[in-house]
Amino acid sequence: MKVLSKCYMGVIFFLLYIPIIVLIVFSFNDAGSLSEFTKPSLVWYEELFRDEEALSSLMNSLILAISSSLIATVIGTFGALGLHRMRSRYIKGSVNAITNVPMMNPDIVTGVSMMLLFVFVGGLLQAKQLFGFGTMLIAHVTFNLPYVILSVMPRFKQLDKSLSEAAQDLGCTPSKAFFKAELPEIIPGIVSGLMLGFTMSLDDFVISHFVSSPDFQTLPLYVYNQTAHDVKFSMYALSAMIVLIITVILLVVNFAGSVGSRKSRAVRGGK
Amino acid sequence: MNRKIVFRILFSLMALALLAISILGLSSCGQQQTEAVTLYVYNWGEYMSDGSEGTLDANAMFEDWYYKTYGVKVKVNYSTYSSNESMYAKIKSGSVNYDVIVPSDYTIQRLINDELLAPLNYDNIDNIGNLAPEFYGEDAKYDFYDPGNIYSVPYMYGMIGIIYNTSVIPENEDDLGSWSLMWDEDYKGNILQFNNSRDAFGTAQYYLHLDVNSPNEADWRAALEKLKEQKKIVQGYVMDEIYNKMENGSAAIAAYYAGDYLTMYEENEDLEFYYPEEGTNLYVDAMCIPKASQNKEIAERYINFMLTEEVAVANAEYTYYASPNRLVRENQDYIDYLAEIKEDAYEKIYDTDSVYTSSYEHLSDDKLILLNNLWEELKSDMEIGLAIYIICGVIIATLAGFGIFFAVRKRMRKIQ
Amino acid sequence: MKQRSLFQKIAAAPHILWAIMFIVAPMLFVLYFAFTDEDKHFSFENIASLSQYSNVFILSIAFALIATVICLLIGYPLAYFMAKQKPKTQKILMVLIMLPMWCNLLIRTYALMALLDNGGLLNSMLDKIGVGRIPIVGTYFGVILGMVYDFLPYMVLPIFTAMTKLDKRYIEASYDLGCNGWQTMTRTIMPLTASGVISGVTMVFVPSISTFYISQKLGAGKIDLVGDTIERLFQNVSTYNVGAAMSLVMMVLILISIFIMNRFSDDHTTAPVRGGRVK
Repeated sequence: MKVLSKCYMGVIFFLLYIPIIVLIVFSFNDAGSLSEFTKPSLVWYEELFRDEEALSSLMNSLILAISSSLIATVIGTFGALGLHRMRSRYIKGSVNAITNVPMMNPDIVTGVSMMLLFVFVGGLLQAKQLFGFGTMLIAHVTFNLPYVILSVMPRFKQLDKSLSEAAQDLGCTPSKAFFKAELPEIIPGIVSGLMLGFTMSLDDFVISHFVSSPDFQTLPLYVYNQTAHDVKFSMYALSAMIVLIITVILLVVNFAGSVGSRKSRAVRGGK
Repeated sequence: MNRKIVFRILFSLMALALLAISILGLSSCGQQQTEAVTLYVYNWGEYMSDGSEGTLDANAMFEDWYYKTYGVKVKVNYSTYSSNESMYAKIKSGSVNYDVIVPSDYTIQRLINDELLAPLNYDNIDNIGNLAPEFYGEDAKYDFYDPGNIYSVPYMYGMIGIIYNTSVIPENEDDLGSWSLMWDEDYKGNILQFNNSRDAFGTAQYYLHLDVNSPNEADWRAALEKLKEQKKIVQGYVMDEIYNKMENGSAAIAAYYAGDYLTMYEENEDLEFYYPEEGTNLYVDAMCIPKASQNKEIAERYINFMLTEEVAVANAEYTYYASPNRLVRENQDYIDYLAEIKEDAYEKIYDTDSVYTSSYEHLSDDKLILLNNLWEELKSDMEIGLAIYIICGVIIATLAGFGIFFAVRKRMRKIQ
Repeated sequence: MKQRSLFQKIAAAPHILWAIMFIVAPMLFVLYFAFTDEDKHFSFENIASLSQYSNVFILSIAFALIATVICLLIGYPLAYFMAKQKPKTQKILMVLIMLPMWCNLLIRTYALMALLDNGGLLNSMLDKIGVGRIPIVGTYFGVILGMVYDFLPYMVLPIFTAMTKLDKRYIEASYDLGCNGWQTMTRTIMPLTASGVISGVTMVFVPSISTFYISQKLGAGKIDLVGDTIERLFQNVSTYNVGAAMSLVMMVLILISIFIMNRFSDDHTTAPVRGGRVK
């Protein structure tokens, strides 16, 4: 039984990884073909670093991911605080339900709905060039918000109420009590929300697909455009590099720290 | 303790990302110290020399040339589309203001009809004389879509033909030379069809000897039936994915644009090409300026720049499409270059006389809606098959069974 | 409890405002577009015209169902075996399962297509050993395979998490009470990991039913799922309304299935089903 289970795991993991491994191996293929390996070379990596489009989309992706996750974290943290303290169960419940909508909905519906909003607003304002960084930022903040709330909310729930009360008894104003006594306690939740938003935003294709303009192309959009045309082989190099970087990050995070926090997050977020 | 380490790593990752941004940002800032004017160019994919593999980078060259000539920094924002229809939708929706677009003939007519194009000021386009007489001037043969070239300057033209793989299709195949090759059931799963409605319907219409601009609904329906029949044997509906698929032998028969055939032939010498005897489509892609353009003068100079011999030759060599530019056709380097790729390449792509050709024209609104509906009908025409019904039935029955089982058990327990 | 300060009262305001502007309003626009025609008049025509897509809907639901069941059948034993490993091995296996989830879906799907295409590595190898090519790209099988390949980790991870959280003493108790291995599995382990299964099922089903990249690449543009149709309809201004109607129907479909699954899980757990981030 033990051997059997090991074999089973081996086969499944092999099948799961074989396309990725082939991709990485063939990104070193001099011939630029996926069916025949001639000789190892780094030409496609050199080509990649000369490809301005790829580099600028990498930069756009990073800018968008950082700014959207920061904004979502700020709004989401205060949102979680406000919701936590909210008295009316009715409002609290409905806000929570609405917040979770982008998480429940398929991405394509979220993307389409935002696109319709922007098309309508654009028509209303007679605005030219409405689509671009702005629309992308709004969309990414929107789908990051539920994840931030999800990571921060439990921290608020765990908070000892007497902490804030003690601080207020000692002469703090309520807001000062929040910043001095409570904030340090919820920082881990904020950080995980921030990171979650960052990776979500970096990875998103479907929503961006509907609200982007050629002005502002992110990495996933670049990959999409590549695979819709005559694929440049440097894209394989790019993909291989992305996979390798993610592997390193995952290994470091998992083996230097606790798996627990990440695990629960992964289950929740699908990431 | 552990948690601290995690956060330290996470923070350092963020810091790294920020660092990467600032480095990338700085390096690109260096190039755009002064505010540059952005020129939005929207073109077909793989349709302009872009500097890859030692070719000339037409857009970068334009930026340099413009700065030298007019002292104004221009940044070309170049993006691509893969069908006239998606390009038209973008222009019509007005979500982005492009300055130069390169639609095909029938779409130019449509854009003119919708008053979305701006008339060109030929004072800025003095290279127009480089065009061959059949494209510009009094004897122009191919300006039906925009008589007198008020709105458009031809960029490239070409014809649709059939590409096939000689390692799969034997020389004595009867269907060679005809559209019927694309309906030959012997090659089931090896055939690729266009993934845009006009070209796909065109293949069926030529095959059936129907008018591609037919005012008759029955003609379009007949073409649809033919396409539905073909859907059972095609591998897929693709546009530019065709390059990889034909080059690596994933498919063996495909209709596509003549110039692109040479691009594929460079990678795979088993590929051959012909124009079907029933007739085929001749298309002209021309540069236009949308009304919404905010840099019309620069856009006109851009068009003018594309007509210069050096750039036009580079583009023709890059795309292998037929050039309407007389200087290109007479350029010896260009002729030699084509001959090097394939002996009869020049004759193939400029051979407009030995084949019967016609062009797509703008369809009336009701025909456009019809075409759109028929296309949707074709795309959603899929056989579901008994097996899928059975499998799903079993799955749903099992789920329902579980549900009932748990509900009953719950009730039983309550009773106990 | 002390009085709430003004700060605490308004802390949620930006969030609520944002949610109304960019979550509620867009949904209302989907509704609006779904029930109006091009001239902005109220009409049911868009919803009615969806009947021509009945095949598309049936096929999408069927594919998503089949892919989910295959993922469950492969994923459940996998998670079980993983959970039985030593903690150190578990860590490595965790990373192995999470890595594909972190890789961009487009890259993985394209890599799979490139491998399976008629002229790809697999088929050229089969050609060489004389078996002949097996067409996968452009077939129903190919699309389902793509879904299973892309979303399997989303099934395994929640089940694995539920397994590791499972108190070993329950299993021991079950054996002590005279259950054999199979009974322990069905009566103890399976009910206690049901919450993991439910979230795994959601995280596979929802993205499968709404995907368009997988069907575009592995179906070679020939197999049209709901996602493909929506994407195509939104490329053309004149079909926005039908596209919105289709999105609306899909949204309702998914909400219903999540609701049903929530009912399912009522028996065993109170944990709400949380939809995965959907591709």
